[in-house]
Amino acid sequence: MRLMTLSAALTLAAGPALAAKDCAAGKTITDGTLTIATGNPAYYPWVMDDAPESGEGFEAAVAYAMAERMGFEAENVTWTRTSFDESIQPGAKNFDVNLQQFSITEDREKVVDFSSPYYSAAMAVLVRQPVVENGAEPTLESLKALKWGAVATTTAVPMLTGLVDPEDDPLLYNDNPDVIEAMKSNQIDAAIFDLPTALYLSAVVLEDGVVLGQFPADRTENPDRFGMLMEEGNPLRDCVNAALDEMAQDGTLAQIEAKWLSETTGVPVIE
Amino acid sequence: MTATHGAPGPTRRERYEARARRRGSAIALGSTVAVLLALVVLIPLAPGWEAVKKSFFNAEIFARTFPGLLQAFLLDVAIFAWCAPIIAIWALVIALARDVRSPALYPLRLFAVIYTDIFRGIPVILIVYLIGFGIPGLGLQRPWNSPYIWGSLALILTYSAYVAEIYRSGIESVHASQRAAALSLGLSRADMMRFVVLPQAIRRVVPANMNMLIALQKDVALLSFIGPVEVLRQAGVYKSLLANFTPYVVAAIIFLCVTIPATRYADYLIAKQNRARS
Amino acid sequence: MAKLELRGVQKRFRGADVLRGLDLSVDNGDMVCLIGASGSGKSTLLRCINLLDPIDDGEIRLDGQDISAPELDPQPVRQRIGLVFQSFNLFPHMTAEENVMLAPRRIKRQGREALRPEIAALFARFGLDDRMGHYPDQLSGGQQQRVAIIRALAMRPEIMLFDEITSALDPELVGEVLDVLRQLKSEGMTMVMATHEMSFAREVADKVCFLSDGHILEQGPPAQLFERPEHARTAAFLRAVL
Repeated sequence: MRLMTLSAALTLAAGPALAAKDCAAGKTITDGTLTIATGNPAYYPWVMDDAPESGEGFEAAVAYAMAERMGFEAENVTWTRTSFDESIQPGAKNFDVNLQQFSITEDREKVVDFSSPYYSAAMAVLVRQPVVENGAEPTLESLKALKWGAVATTTAVPMLTGLVDPEDDPLLYNDNPDVIEAMKSNQIDAAIFDLPTALYLSAVVLEDGVVLGQFPADRTENPDRFGMLMEEGNPLRDCVNAALDEMAQDGTLAQIEAKWLSETTGVPVIE
Repeated sequence: MTATHGAPGPTRRERYEARARRRGSAIALGSTVAVLLALVVLIPLAPGWEAVKKSFFNAEIFARTFPGLLQAFLLDVAIFAWCAPIIAIWALVIALARDVRSPALYPLRLFAVIYTDIFRGIPVILIVYLIGFGIPGLGLQRPWNSPYIWGSLALILTYSAYVAEIYRSGIESVHASQRAAALSLGLSRADMMRFVVLPQAIRRVVPANMNMLIALQKDVALLSFIGPVEVLRQAGVYKSLLANFTPYVVAAIIFLCVTIPATRYADYLIAKQNRARS
Repeated sequence: MAKLELRGVQKRFRGADVLRGLDLSVDNGDMVCLIGASGSGKSTLLRCINLLDPIDDGEIRLDGQDISAPELDPQPVRQRIGLVFQSFNLFPHMTAEENVMLAPRRIKRQGREALRPEIAALFARFGLDDRMGHYPDQLSGGQQQRVAIIRALAMRPEIMLFDEITSALDPELVGEVLDVLRQLKSEGMTMVMATHEMSFAREVADKVCFLSDGHILEQGPPAQLFERPEHARTAAFLRAVL
């Protein structure tokens, strides 16, 4: 009883966002709690140390900022983990929103709902130093001759086949560590990731990794924009979008991006 | 008047059996139709059926992904085609190594025993990972670090362990009197094995090996874990892009088109062998 | 000197004494018949002579050479001694001709074409020249057993061993197999035969040996052994089977 009074008092104190708070009431899978899904594991720099509860990392920070605007205090946010397949399988979901660098695509939107984009990802080319020494350059022509790899469940795959169109068929893998392993074994020369991930992999995971270049988000016909995934027809979507749009307008998203994804400048643009 | 001996027309027994057959067929048909009806009527009544239908049995996505998946399946067939004969030979070497008697060759026998124990004891997918990434990681140069080579090797090593045991069971099933007959003529042990025991043993284990081939055809898909874009991986790509599981259903149907006839053929061979033995 | 000489042959099988110091001598060109109850050791004795089963003690001499020495390679010895089994043991995946040809091809290193005239002559000699291309399951029991005999003869053995070769045959097929033995006898082949065909033994054998309890209890020319057995057990056995 005391707890309820306390949370009611807190709600009142949060004054300005009252409308958004009302919006989410009764629309979450557990009343009074926002359940957010991330990957298993969740990767740097999207979530630091695979611990989203800390609010550290770009997506974790975005999630808590959005939750706050929707009227959920940090302690009323719970995290769950899903694979890609679980997030799109038919039937009831065990999360309200799911964010793990899902790219918004028309086809996916037929099956699930996406929020407004919270990040526009440039795609980047990760290679190893010896490949650079062998003359690889950030030009499409040079890239065509490389042996390519990518994570099979990402939009890097259509980008690879559509934009780069390499001479050899690309090899596809389950997750980032497998792609890195194939690069270490020299089975592939280059792989496509979103830019923050590529920077992280080159800096921390792949010893002689180099981000050869990036495809700017506006370069492609379908720029890679990350959205939060929800069950189709989820009434919460309007509340989520209201919060995200507000964060975009008042510069909150840009601030969070600057804090966690700041190193993305200075990577050559692929011609 | 009863039918006299040799008179045309069915015997009393034949008439009885024909009646029983007709009744049996009618019951089988009736119960099959009832079960099918129940499935067709009841499943769509489930509350999630519309969503499941859209996600797994989407006609439009079926049509869009089928050509690409069929194309990818050709890679499965190719990997299968070069693995199967190597398995047949390598498994025979292992099976024979387990039967060597000479003390000088004891290490060979020991190797064969350890080999079959290890490769039958580890899930194929782990072998694919360990060999497919591990050996190229030693610093091999292209094309010798190709995942096709080492992934295939992983399948070959694993399946040879099983097939070697099948061969051995076949070798042991050849009656001792056949060996005695060969030896009594003055043939060497090697000749006895090659001309008398193995030809009979291999023939006997053809049905069992057919089943291994079917399993191999399915396990080729595991190579997708280390890079090759075969049908399972291609289905995964489509699934991811379209957020729909129908491509997996398409892949399953493509597999069935190959494995069901193969399974039937294996069953036919087994039945034929049982008839020949009785 | 005897063609085949056994002295004090002992053989144990899973703790049981099957042969207990058995002596036997077979002269060149002789037909020796082994008779006795089932389990008296007749089959074991023949398998030991062919070196399929190694003997534990004693010695076996072929033309004076000790062929039972444990360190001896049995393979060349077996080539000199033919053995025919009760259950034929033809190789089912080979035609009659291939069955016969296998050992000469592998051991004498001769090609099929070089061997064919000789093999064909053997089939003709025993009236099977129209069955050379048949598989064992296409032949009657009597035909199969005759092919098995031809298979052993193809190695030109110096001595032939027969292990109850008519016991698995339908009665009407026994005669054609025994005719083969009569023919071999007339050609001077040295033979040792375990058999229950007492009338045949009486007709053809030069010597009949009665096995009991792992050794030869009594032996002699058929007339003597069948008409005037010395031992009560021989007499009892003969009364039971005749």
